[in-house]
Amino acid sequence: MGLLDTLHDQVDYSIPNDKTGEGSVVVTSVDALFNWARLSSLWQMGFGLACCAIEMMATSASRFDMMRFGVIPRPSPRQSDVIIISGTVTLKMASRIKMLYEQMPDPKYVISMGACATCGGPYWEHGYHVLKGVDRVIPVDVYVPGCPPRPEALLEGLMRLQEKVRQETTKTV
Amino acid sequence: MTTPEIRDILLENFDGKIGDYHEFAKSEYQKRYGSYIDVADKEWLRDVCLFLRDDDRLQFNSLLCLSTLDNNDSTLSVVYHLESTILRHVLAMKVTVPVTETEVPSITDVWPHANWHEREGWDMMGIRFVGHPDHRRILLEEDYPGHPLRKDFREPTFYHGMKVPY
Amino acid sequence: MPEIIDSHKIATRALTKEATFRAEKLEPRRVRTEEMLLNMGPQHPSTHGVLRLEVVLDGELVVDVRPHIGYLHRCFEKHTESMTYPQVMPYVDRTDYLASMSSGHGFALAVERMMGIEVPEKVEYIRVLFLELQRIASHLVAIGAYGLDIGAFTPFLYCFELRERIIEMFERTCGARFLYNYMWVGGLSHDLHPTVPELCREFLKESRKAHKEIVDLLTFNKIFVERTGNVGILPADVAIAGGASGPVLRGSGVKWDLRRDDPYSIYDRFDFDIPVGTGLVGAVGDAWDRNWVRVCEWEESMNIIEQVLDTYPYEDTTNVQAAIPKRIKPPAGEIYSRTETPRGEQGYYVVSRDGINPWRVKQRSPAFCNLSLLPHISRGCLVGDLIAIIGSLDFVLGEVDR
Repeated sequence: MGLLDTLHDQVDYSIPNDKTGEGSVVVTSVDALFNWARLSSLWQMGFGLACCAIEMMATSASRFDMMRFGVIPRPSPRQSDVIIISGTVTLKMASRIKMLYEQMPDPKYVISMGACATCGGPYWEHGYHVLKGVDRVIPVDVYVPGCPPRPEALLEGLMRLQEKVRQETTKTV
Repeated sequence: MTTPEIRDILLENFDGKIGDYHEFAKSEYQKRYGSYIDVADKEWLRDVCLFLRDDDRLQFNSLLCLSTLDNNDSTLSVVYHLESTILRHVLAMKVTVPVTETEVPSITDVWPHANWHEREGWDMMGIRFVGHPDHRRILLEEDYPGHPLRKDFREPTFYHGMKVPY
Repeated sequence: MPEIIDSHKIATRALTKEATFRAEKLEPRRVRTEEMLLNMGPQHPSTHGVLRLEVVLDGELVVDVRPHIGYLHRCFEKHTESMTYPQVMPYVDRTDYLASMSSGHGFALAVERMMGIEVPEKVEYIRVLFLELQRIASHLVAIGAYGLDIGAFTPFLYCFELRERIIEMFERTCGARFLYNYMWVGGLSHDLHPTVPELCREFLKESRKAHKEIVDLLTFNKIFVERTGNVGILPADVAIAGGASGPVLRGSGVKWDLRRDDPYSIYDRFDFDIPVGTGLVGAVGDAWDRNWVRVCEWEESMNIIEQVLDTYPYEDTTNVQAAIPKRIKPPAGEIYSRTETPRGEQGYYVVSRDGINPWRVKQRSPAFCNLSLLPHISRGCLVGDLIAIIGSLDFVLGEVDR
């Protein structure tokens, strides 16, 4: 007999298995598959506004490395899944953020990074040109507090977003 | 050269247009950089600045900063800080205008550095700089109501549909 | 080799729209096409923040650039009128967020000079040490991000890794990674952590190696030289009249540094050079020169840090908060106090009317003044050159917009 027959003898086909069977077939639900694909490759739009942008850049750099989570910075909103609003949103900038958010294709997610994007931050009291929280113009999925949040905190926020994506369903789109 | 000496040279040429010398001397540095002279007649501001720049004893070739100030007694001030990098002396000048007639000559053609500072002065304090080549707001949008750094400014409740206060 | 312009004499140059249009000199007989308005919007990977540039293009050549700022205007000056002097310090940090030690020091120095406070020796040494470390950190971001704009991704990672080491030293001392609120009026918030001098010496060894690496890998890289040499030439007289300062001014050959020409703190005790641009690979005052000044300043800062570590009074046990007054209430008066930050000359015009809040604080930010020169140095260049010029000016939008 040939090599292929020898291999054929070594593989054990007698054990039944839900997940795998002959010929590498995987059985899962559509939701699990889509969610796994989406959360493992959340491409972010590089949108740094202020000080938090530097912490976002430090998170993408080699010590904290956001790319190992599958997050690649893309320059255009049309090619990205998640937008990280890092920094203070001013009234002048708010309409542009809304425009950028509308340009992103579905499914899209928003991480509001830092105290300023969450609620106005240190500028909440006398800021006549500061929008007190980006959720006044776009819907936010995850809030990461801090001024600025540590890179580990941003990664935690990213992982919370991944948990949120894992719970999604394709039935209601 | 100290500020009183510069003021003496200016009084030789612009008698009646230069006001008092105000000194603050809690430290040597403050005496040099904080004390200022008033410019009594704002119409002569541009001529004074040209003289400061071109005179051989003074040679102020650099405008350090142009700030605006609200004195809360119905007057606004524009403060100029000048420096001569050649002769190593500094000067601070202040022009005061009433709130009802806030027009100050522009010095953009004397020191081009003043261009953006004067635009910011218009934006934040509402002082009109006559003769400025590009007189429009720089930091806020053109339709923002009011001039924020005035002491009687109240922030708007809504702006373009967005709620402004916390 | 073009000579260094050391004389500061200026001719009156009118910086108006009728400045010589370089394109006409390049190609006098060309088919005229229509001009196009391109918007490099507030969201752009290369504009270093939220800056909007309206670029008028004739084909690939830039006819005019109109910067629009204010997308990060956070009302800093209005906040200062309602806060006490110590409460203003975190806001000052957030204006120039890449060099918050320097900004904080500038404001602390302004109030100290208004009150006539003398800080202890030890505090001065720690301040200089951290200011120079902050200068290196800021220049690392500038050089790394500049490489990123040009298209080189690796130096960005190298520079950020080195910066993480500096941040670790700051974090051990005051707990924060990069907005420290460390320089207080009359002293510091925390004493120097005992492990920092040791870490600093190790860092200096690594930094010297990395400096040589960056010079070989990026600064003298043929592609980098081609893209940034002879681009965005800023003549010295235009620079002084236009209010440039810092590496932008020194890149044009003008040897003006506030640490030497208007000394503050204890900088007069240390021996360091002032690097200027000399047109090594192109004209004096081009984008490469400005970057070269930053690279050289990195080296000079390392020398200063070594001198500080050698002369630091290790046995001194004075409390770093000893000279901080119980109530920070400067007498009525004004001051314009300036220091040399990594971006240039930063000044604070503080007006006090004998209250616990300042009456007015105006921050003269170097980035605002350097950015106003952008239209004048980028007429007649290509769109790709425009990116190189923006990166070489090294501005931080938090400081431009306040």
